[in-house]
Amino acid sequence: MRTMKTFFAVALSVLFVAGAIAPALAQEPVTIRYWQYYYDTKVTAIDTLIAQFEAENPGIKVIHETFPYEAYGARVAAAVPAGQGPEIANLFYGWLPAWARAGYLQPLPIDHAEIESEFVPMVRAAYMNGEYWGLPTGVRTLALFYNKTMLNAAGIQEPPRTWDEFIAAGKAMAIKRGPFFVQLGYGFGPAGQDHHLIREILLRQFGGVPYSDDNRTVLYNSEAGAKALEFYGSWQLTHGIGDVEFFPGRATYRDGFIAGLIGMIVDGSFAIGTIRNGVGDNFEWGVAELPVFDGGEPHNFGSFWMNGLTPRAFESEAKLEASLKFLRYITSEEAMKLWLREVGELPARLSLAEDPALASDPVYGPFIRSLPYSHATFFVDEEGQRQIMVDAINRVLLQGVDPAESMRIAAEEEQALLDAFWSR
Amino acid sequence: MKLKLSTRKAIWAYVFLALPLLFYLGIRIFPTLQAFQMSLYDWHVQADQRSFVGLANYTRMLSDQRLLQAFRNMLWYGLLGVPAQLILGLTVGLMLHSIKKFRGFFRAVFFAPYVAPAVAVSWVWSLLLSPHLGIVNQVLWYLGIDPQPFMTSPSQALPTVTFVVVWQFLGFHVLLFLAGLESIPRDYYEAAQIDGANRWQTFKNITLPLLNPTIVVSLVMATAAPSTGMLQLFTHVMNLKFDDPGGPLGSTLTVVLYTYQRAFQAYDMGYASAIVVVLFVILLIISLIQIRLTSREVEY
Repeated sequence: MRTMKTFFAVALSVLFVAGAIAPALAQEPVTIRYWQYYYDTKVTAIDTLIAQFEAENPGIKVIHETFPYEAYGARVAAAVPAGQGPEIANLFYGWLPAWARAGYLQPLPIDHAEIESEFVPMVRAAYMNGEYWGLPTGVRTLALFYNKTMLNAAGIQEPPRTWDEFIAAGKAMAIKRGPFFVQLGYGFGPAGQDHHLIREILLRQFGGVPYSDDNRTVLYNSEAGAKALEFYGSWQLTHGIGDVEFFPGRATYRDGFIAGLIGMIVDGSFAIGTIRNGVGDNFEWGVAELPVFDGGEPHNFGSFWMNGLTPRAFESEAKLEASLKFLRYITSEEAMKLWLREVGELPARLSLAEDPALASDPVYGPFIRSLPYSHATFFVDEEGQRQIMVDAINRVLLQGVDPAESMRIAAEEEQALLDAFWSR
Repeated sequence: MKLKLSTRKAIWAYVFLALPLLFYLGIRIFPTLQAFQMSLYDWHVQADQRSFVGLANYTRMLSDQRLLQAFRNMLWYGLLGVPAQLILGLTVGLMLHSIKKFRGFFRAVFFAPYVAPAVAVSWVWSLLLSPHLGIVNQVLWYLGIDPQPFMTSPSQALPTVTFVVVWQFLGFHVLLFLAGLESIPRDYYEAAQIDGANRWQTFKNITLPLLNPTIVVSLVMATAAPSTGMLQLFTHVMNLKFDDPGGPLGSTLTVVLYTYQRAFQAYDMGYASAIVVVLFVILLIISLIQIRLTSREVEY
């Protein structure tokens, strides 16, 4: 009996205390979580934005958590189903189909007309099944980074504007000692940006298109596709301006460029911060719009990381309101200006993208001027589709497979992947 | 009610034993069983949106060329790596067992790679083996041997990964064999000496049979154990070719790495679970066969 009495006494007092605390809790600030993968400059930029946002919105607390790129997907996959993840997650636009299908994202409760009138057209890649699933702070295009010091030392004053000039510059800068390259004209990065370079840039410059308008049919098993891959392969196989395996490590082409051992790379605007910080005063470098064929038209690959809402954001009115407020804050004009300065990603709002002062900037200019002719590939399985193109490149460079045959195999594999996705 | 002291002690022992058991059940066994269930569904975060697809995830494996390649690679990893670990482990163990001076030093040298993190080991080797800038090719060239592509070549990459793994885990097997050798009573050798047995006969009839329990452990660890087993490689494969994990052209891809890619990059949890179930069954069968074939009671 005594134990029963004690039990009730304890239970009653717990209830009493809880009742007293609950109203106080309701006035506590709403806490939301923002997740992104760890990228130095992005982390600093978001921290700055959070500090400003919290100062303006005392009722909202934002917790910023980051994970290594390789672990990011696994963390999201483990946390969201357990009800532990973020309210707002940052994801590569190419992951959208997989994330949305698995239920990690919810459509944005924002008016479509508002998005379409204020954001650059590329943002349409965040539209699927009649809904927008995320908004970017910055968008990216590709350009040619070149080591000015190395280029001048090779007797060339201006960065290449055509592919012929590009190959000539590459040959002038590549240096071999015995069988070993000690300096490359061009830094190959098949899994970096080069698979985009082939799919969306070279192929289109040769007059082809990579996919059908509804993105469900692979069309690069064509003459233009074979030419694109053959041309890219010739940089190593015929012209010897580099080797696909040169600088060891992770983002090998970029790290090799920073180390001053590679003359030119094709990289995104997101790399500006990393390259600027990495190179320091070691050498002079510059950025140029991607080369074109003599008299040909320019093409570029556009992409973005976007901020989406997970099911957690919809758990309560207060959370949804706070999450949307933060999402709007980090996609505002002010945030985009900071993002461009800190990270180097281009503004995703039309009002800024059309700003003439930005378009004439020596570093950002080439990227911004590429925006009108940039294409964002619609990925259903970004990793899988990247792998297929990387393999297509490696078949040519490492195994000497005929480029047309290699493209045919890739197209077949990718079509099977697309069919499997859409039939499920 | 008063319990006897011995009974109370026993109850406490069970309580303490139950904690790790619960942990083990919750962390290892339950998720394993859950994988079986997940493999029958098309995965979705919300349980009510998961659709039952029967064995579709299993039949899909048969036409998945990358997965089949990963299974073929797994076979090669096993055929190259397991004998290498055992034979080298036993050989080095015998040599260390037979020396008196510097034994501790040599043992430490062989064991050191085992305690180094696999990620660090892989990165150091990827620098050493880098075709243009790595020291290995520079030395080969200096010796008049053609530089090799190593991880860049679809035909050399898998043996290269195997080499690094064997290099790292050799010390572990050496240690196992050393402990096994130490536990063989000296009397047997003395008796054999009196009977006039030569070194090969001694090795074949005494050392090898009495090492049997060690060989079983070493074999199972080298084959199927997570992180040290040749059939479950992940970390080395991922980090030796960081910009194209499992490459070039899928030549180093393992089933575990592919499962990881399916699960956490494509969020195809149902399919990934199905692969894990198949891998589980294969490893279970292999381990059982190995134990059955090698376990023998030795009596003298």
